[in-house]
Amino acid sequence: MALTDVTHDAQDFAPPAEVEEAEVYHPKTWLGKYVFSQDAKIIALQYSITAMAVGLLALVLSVLMRVQLAWPGAVSFITPDAYIQFVTMHGMIMVVYLLTALFLGGFGNYLIPLMLGARDMVFPYVNMISYWIYLVAVLILLASFFVPGGPTGSGWTLYPPQAILPGTPGSDWGITLMCISLGFFVIGFTMGGLNYVVTVLQARTRGMTLMRMPLTIWAIFTATVLALLAFPALLVSAIMMSLDNLLGTSYFMPAIISLGQQLDHSGGSPILFQHLFWFFGHPEVYIVALPAFGVISELISVHARKNIFGYRLMVWAIVVIGGLSFIVWAHHMYVSGMNPYFGFFFATTTLIIAVPTAIKVYNWVLTLWQGNIRLNVPMLFAIGFVFTFINGGLTGIFLGNVIIDVPLSDTYFVVAHFHMVMAVSPILAVFGAVYHWYPKITGRMLNEGMGKFHFWMTFVGLYCIYYPMHYLGILGVPRRYFANAGANGLPDWFPESAQMVNVGITIAAIIVASVQLVFLYNLYYSATRGKPAGGNPWGATTLEWQTADTPPTHGNFGKELPSVYRWAYDYSVPGAEEDFIPQNVPAGKGTGHAS
Amino acid sequence: MSIFSTLSTKPWVAERGYVSDSHGFGLPTARVFLSVFLGVVTAIFGLLTAAYFIRMTYADWQPLPVPALLWLNTAILILSSVALQWARTSARHQQADRVRRGLLAGGALAFAFLVGQFLVWQQLGSLGYFVDTNPSNSFFYLITGLHGLHLLGGLVAWLRASLRLWRGAETDKIRMSVELCAVYWHFLLLVWLVMFGLLLVT
Repeated sequence: MALTDVTHDAQDFAPPAEVEEAEVYHPKTWLGKYVFSQDAKIIALQYSITAMAVGLLALVLSVLMRVQLAWPGAVSFITPDAYIQFVTMHGMIMVVYLLTALFLGGFGNYLIPLMLGARDMVFPYVNMISYWIYLVAVLILLASFFVPGGPTGSGWTLYPPQAILPGTPGSDWGITLMCISLGFFVIGFTMGGLNYVVTVLQARTRGMTLMRMPLTIWAIFTATVLALLAFPALLVSAIMMSLDNLLGTSYFMPAIISLGQQLDHSGGSPILFQHLFWFFGHPEVYIVALPAFGVISELISVHARKNIFGYRLMVWAIVVIGGLSFIVWAHHMYVSGMNPYFGFFFATTTLIIAVPTAIKVYNWVLTLWQGNIRLNVPMLFAIGFVFTFINGGLTGIFLGNVIIDVPLSDTYFVVAHFHMVMAVSPILAVFGAVYHWYPKITGRMLNEGMGKFHFWMTFVGLYCIYYPMHYLGILGVPRRYFANAGANGLPDWFPESAQMVNVGITIAAIIVASVQLVFLYNLYYSATRGKPAGGNPWGATTLEWQTADTPPTHGNFGKELPSVYRWAYDYSVPGAEEDFIPQNVPAGKGTGHAS
Repeated sequence: MSIFSTLSTKPWVAERGYVSDSHGFGLPTARVFLSVFLGVVTAIFGLLTAAYFIRMTYADWQPLPVPALLWLNTAILILSSVALQWARTSARHQQADRVRRGLLAGGALAFAFLVGQFLVWQQLGSLGYFVDTNPSNSFFYLITGLHGLHLLGGLVAWLRASLRLWRGAETDKIRMSVELCAVYWHFLLLVWLVMFGLLLVT
């Protein structure tokens, strides 16, 4: 089909939509502008900063865990109880309070209105409340470090009965605070999530059809829908567990003897909790992964100066992955004693997910093929993501099979797998996105040299951490163990070389963690002393780069909202004057196709 | 345009260089917001129902006797929904007086329903059916509690609409609020009927 096969008259050009200034709420006080702001961009920064702050804490916890594993007993305050508390808090913070909040609350808030040509979210007030409830959730979570008994040590999965039995650290206060904090998080998130979904459905600017939306928005939109449907499962299980814990009901608690005493509970089903938890927990993986997919599609297309390969398939793959993610949850429960046919079903659906995911990977690679690749920092992180995601995805195919999962379950192989696929990959996407959009947020570029140092140290370092873990897992080293008993802190079967691997991993972890300080310094340094970026430093087509001001002011687009004339990936169009045509440029005028 | 034809357009050729007016649905934004929210609430009660069925199969489950008062409460909730529906149609026909009466009756009946549910709790408590006596009781308290909380949230929206009406707002201005209240009420009625049915058949 020719590029010029459209036959429209000139009057089809619609004049830009004029929107009254009155539509945007303008705060008058400093407090209303920067603290209790209803501007999605400020809310996005609040979300991001809070999430990164609490994420740093989780990073420190992981380093402490690694220190204990490499040099058992070297740090006196890392007791067995403290260790398992660190494991729990590290997992929960990273998955829920960092990645979910950062991708949806941070990137979602910043990018959805800007990329769609909207003035703001449709319900700015609800959006603001969403952040403050999230903050309360974070504070409650942090408060659990300071209550008697400390935070819960039941693992991020919070499995009952052990989560609420005496003997598990934090069984008196920690688990209660955890459940309350999660409850607040879900309520706050639902307020934000409703906003993201309705904004995408309702507030797109003129000409922004669904299939002209950037893939980042498709991905964040789908992830938000998943979250809205999956978080209720977490909410319900947190409520039921709290009732078991505080009021003595028996939803999940079986008859049990604890510390020599028969408890009042009877007949409850711990497996029921696992089903509810993983009905949330598995979509959660894609809540984190889908926005990463979207961001990577954007970065690869922009920095390879080439339209994204297979846009429609990319959209369909996002939607299909979202749908499938709700029928694979029990692959987390293969060792819980399930009917073999049940396991067979979930193994099948799990492996089917590899198909749309592989389509996405092929499309990224094919977008790079013969592109005009610019190896700047965002692109490095994007390519790093593709590598890491393939690695993590492949071990997922191993673990998706019941017969391979059963022996590998609860070993470091699982730890390596899920860190590769849903910790390292998304965080590489986060870094890439920050380097990419920082110029829009602050008006200045991040320092390239520090960025490249950050990338290579992080990327290589992460492989030094997680590749050896696969080996430890195949060796049979169990996860969550404080120390392996025996002479020299090691069991008989544990070869000395494996402990050396442990030491090596820890050294790499310490280096990678320290390198993140360079990133933070770069964020701080470049905000005032970075190279001025101008409005569109990367030559990107999407609407957020076409704003009148950089950083965009409240209301995003000045007096006139842009109209959208084309899809988001018009890069290197044959015959066009420049190698990109922004979405708001009509036909004619050097676009390579006639008006 | 159906969702399938939307998803199969080729954005790199279709209408390139031209604006199309397809952006957003024809529905009012508040309406879309409510619909998505109802999806979330459906997920909550759907999951509770699933958990109910799973937990029911365990040996210690003893069905809860159904207090007769629940039938009365159900009737009250139905009437409340009917009243709000009446207010909704009257708002469409600009009959301010009827909107006022319908809204008031709907809210009062919903409040009566909540009081009734509380009395049911008290009754069950005085008969020794506490929340931790049996899993069937636990589920009953949990489901009625969550349902009541959702209705309470609805009453906040109802109160805002009513206050605006009493302060002399035009019927046109609050038509959307009345409409959304009515839809939300019907939805919660449906949820209640399903939950009540669940209690009756098990």
